[in-house]
Amino acid sequence: MSVAAVRVDDRLIHGQVVVGWGQPLGLGFIALVDDGVRASDWEQDLYRMGVPPGIEAIFASLDEAARRYAEWERDPRVGLVLTGDIDTVGALAARVPSLHRVILGGLHHRPGRVERLRYVYLTEEEIAKLRALVAHGVEVSAQDVPTARAVPLAEFAR
Amino acid sequence: MSEPLKGVVVSHAGLAQSLVAAAESISGVTDALVPVSNEGCDGGSLQARIGGAIGAGPAVVFVDLPGGSCLTGAVRIARGQGRGVTVVTGVNLAMLLDFVFHRDATPAEAAERAREAGGRAIRVAPA
Repeated sequence: MSVAAVRVDDRLIHGQVVVGWGQPLGLGFIALVDDGVRASDWEQDLYRMGVPPGIEAIFASLDEAARRYAEWERDPRVGLVLTGDIDTVGALAARVPSLHRVILGGLHHRPGRVERLRYVYLTEEEIAKLRALVAHGVEVSAQDVPTARAVPLAEFAR
Repeated sequence: MSEPLKGVVVSHAGLAQSLVAAAESISGVTDALVPVSNEGCDGGSLQARIGGAIGAGPAVVFVDLPGGSCLTGAVRIARGQGRGVTVVTGVNLAMLLDFVFHRDATPAEAAERAREAGGRAIRVAPA
């Protein structure tokens, strides 16, 4: 089936991903692209606890994700690729020409960030990086759950 | 005698606040449980909320789901505090009601007792 969505969510694998997206999409795997989690066995165990039987949790570094993305696209199961920040998804998009769409699913408040949507807080620098992605041909929108409208970047990052 | 255990309830949205309010209303014990919501938090800020609610410990942290941001934040804090904090998933009202009256145990003992109490409360009612 391939990769159904590439999502940026600073909570990584959590209820909204597993249930909110996992159920309606019929996910067969979630590929979490995060160098820190990839290097930590106990963190992988922790994230695995939240994944129901029938969904494989794949933990990949950025380098591994760039190498394996084509394999994930060919996978007969429905997959979701997940990163925790804009830098990681930007770096992945730069190395994967077939990555054409990014969904911001949850980026929460931190010092310097401003609320753009209820579940999306961004600094000006992060907005500039997202605009660069758009200029590179990647569609960027925000959508926390599948039943919500996908809000284009231009609407919430003026 | 050492200080009784504190219970910290961590959940999505307003579930923790409601569970704590219900437990206090039923038990009359109002100094045992602290609610924490993950609303509006990234991982770091949720950990800060949980850590603030635990304080110096010892404590049992009750989490709603056996996976996800609440569990992740709670376990990260528990690992940082060693044996002073234990995490239990699948929080329900029955386990909180049992916990508030049994806070003289170690965190690990209280967590195991809470798990048993919570599990016993899940039944199919006779028709």
